[in-house]
Amino acid sequence: MYTWIWRHLPGPTPAKALAALVLVLAVAALLLFVVFPQIEPLLPFTNVTVTQ
Amino acid sequence: MSSAVDLDNRPGDTGAGTGRAPGRGDRIRTVVRGVGQTLITFGLVALLFVVYELYVTDLLAAREQDQLSQEIQQQWADSPTVTPPTPAPSAGADQPAPAPAPAPESIDVALGQPFAVVHIPRLGGDYSRVIVEGTAQVQLAQGPGHYLDTAMPGEEGNFAVAGHRVGRGSPFLDLDQLRPGDAIVIETQGNWFTYRVLGDQATGDFSTDPSGIPGQEIVRPVDVDVISPTPGGPAGGAASGAYLTLTTCHPKYSAAQRLIIHARLDGAPLSKASAPDGPPALAG
Repeated sequence: MYTWIWRHLPGPTPAKALAALVLVLAVAALLLFVVFPQIEPLLPFTNVTVTQ
Repeated sequence: MSSAVDLDNRPGDTGAGTGRAPGRGDRIRTVVRGVGQTLITFGLVALLFVVYELYVTDLLAAREQDQLSQEIQQQWADSPTVTPPTPAPSAGADQPAPAPAPAPESIDVALGQPFAVVHIPRLGGDYSRVIVEGTAQVQLAQGPGHYLDTAMPGEEGNFAVAGHRVGRGSPFLDLDQLRPGDAIVIETQGNWFTYRVLGDQATGDFSTDPSGIPGQEIVRPVDVDVISPTPGGPAGGAASGAYLTLTTCHPKYSAAQRLIIHARLDGAPLSKASAPDGPPALAG
């Protein structure tokens, strides 16, 4: 998977490294600010109330 | 992880990039490599989730609390505060007549709306959080939430509030540091209410209150009687005083149990008109 992505990035190696870094940061940001807030309420270890 | 360039691609080899049909060995290698990379990716995502829970939610919640704080100050500034019903002061008076003890204003607030601010001096001189109505995840993500159908600040009954222990601003992270007699000050539009944690201040024993209600207890998540009108009593039971109850999870990084703090209203409400900076308990 990662070798496939690397092979298909344009440019010489330094440009590829930079592009790879940007991709990683973009995915991380997507996860941290979009995906995780969505799935968080579905997880059980964030309950702080008493309820039947 | 494998290198970007296929180093063992000798001439005549059936490598994946040569265009010739890949052999079984290559296919197996690719699958194993793919599985390995996928597992590592899952691991990294899980790690990233921990980072999210510990740091990002704090950031988001801090922003929410700032917004709520602005919103509530605006709300309180816009509506006239509860003023004591005194006649217009005479021209020669240089001090207003002492206000009669004000009754707590009746608070009617919609779900999700902020209506009070909690100050806990034990947790820091500047510790304050805006409380919103409701205890669903979306409300608690912004800060402490008030259990629906429980009393309002200053009222007879149990003013019950839930808050996150770790993450989302961690409002109740250090609740276990509260000691008997510690003040919990609730600020509403018109008044300050000082509640004190139950128990013996001198010895630090939580269980000495004559009502039998402990100042601090660890309970199971299903023990809803801690938020009854009389803590520990039946859910629809009578109120025997003006109590405040805080709930959060316990131990710190687990939701297996709940940490509960019980406090009782100490003294009459202090109107904001006569004490804009709060009761003496807030300074101490």
